[in-house]
Amino acid sequence: MSKMHVKLTVNGKQVEGLAEPRTLLIHFLREDLKITGPHIGCETSHCGACTVDIDGKSVKSCTTFVAQVNGADITTVEGLANDDGSLGVLQEMFREHHGLQCGFCTPGMITRAHRLLQENPTPTEEDIRFGMAGNLCRCTGYQNIVKAISASADMLNAQKEAAE
Amino acid sequence: MIPAGFEYHRPGDIASAIGILQEHGDEARVIAGGHSLIPMMKLRMAEMGHLVDLQAIDELRGVEIGPETVTLGAMVTQHELITHDGLTAAIPLIREAALQIADPQVRYMGTVGGNVANGDPGNDMPGLMQCLNASFELSGPDGNRSVAARDFYEAAYFTAREDEEILTRISIPVPGAGVGQAYEKQKRKIGDYATAAAAVMVGNGTASVAMTNLADTPVWSESASTALAGGNVDACVTAMLDAIEPVEDNRGPVEFKKHVAAVMLRRAIDRAQSRAG
Repeated sequence: MSKMHVKLTVNGKQVEGLAEPRTLLIHFLREDLKITGPHIGCETSHCGACTVDIDGKSVKSCTTFVAQVNGADITTVEGLANDDGSLGVLQEMFREHHGLQCGFCTPGMITRAHRLLQENPTPTEEDIRFGMAGNLCRCTGYQNIVKAISASADMLNAQKEAAE
Repeated sequence: MIPAGFEYHRPGDIASAIGILQEHGDEARVIAGGHSLIPMMKLRMAEMGHLVDLQAIDELRGVEIGPETVTLGAMVTQHELITHDGLTAAIPLIREAALQIADPQVRYMGTVGGNVANGDPGNDMPGLMQCLNASFELSGPDGNRSVAARDFYEAAYFTAREDEEILTRISIPVPGAGVGQAYEKQKRKIGDYATAAAAVMVGNGTASVAMTNLADTPVWSESASTALAGGNVDACVTAMLDAIEPVEDNRGPVEFKKHVAAVMLRRAIDRAQSRAG
């Protein structure tokens, strides 16, 4: 099969490459672009470890062909750090509230939580649990993940208020 | 889990998409959100030489709310169904059901057209569309035609759609004011297909009842609907249990599925009735 020319914006940077249309986005990110934040967990669209943000949508990159997203704007967990390289709010809150143990699911958790808070800046606990239902964690029991996202919402709202 | 290779096409209009299907015949398949098809391709249970991506076809998008009819483009995602206020005001049943499909990530990609056209007995939208008496618009080499949702499903993964046709839009009559609606789904975990699910509309002396994943097609029952329209809930449940044909699988034995079906149907009827009038 002939390769196609792929152009993407990933974490604000224009990237290009050649890929077979059947290449899954997760493989293109990890193997061609060496962006290894998004993880390959179940490979069956259940666990959410491969979640990335594509044009404002949380998407499982193991269930997306790179051909389908040619031209898209993609954000991974790497793109959610601050410009100076320090941890972004969600990343910092996951650390502070022990929202991870082994850390395997964390890139997907944080990337999904980012979109959730963009759409709903003041989520209830139920909103968070429902909104995070596409991400599985086998360590934490979710309590601290929910706390970390809730604390992130509070901090982001306080920052927004202070800026106004 | 790498799928077999294929040529990728991204046509910009329906006519071009049909042209590609005609040119390549059995070798070509359309892809909408891909969250049913890509897992099958990764397992090599689906292979095709040509993949026709429908995402760039504007004619397949959009939600139109009319006084008597709602029209959904086939490429409207579950996420769009959930967040469209006008649609929820017109037919609240659609949002209630869409919220119970898969998980948030899948709902951003999964489309209503893919859900109804795939013919998977586990999908929620086919039963819902039968309850609502929707019709599906199909475009093919010989032009356009419309098929009622209640006539569309022939067997698991077999529908009235021909290989070279594309399901383009779904037309749904707006239920009259005073008609209560409810969707009840029992599933083992988030993201699972239903063990049993029921879609119910009732009010103004009318009723419509359909169920999901209890046969190799969705089940709309005229006798169950008529019984409920006459106010006889027990007769409605009996008629529906008679119409379904569940088989034993990892969601349970036949007896259990019939039990869950009755529970889901009664709950949906209760809630729809409480919203009627």
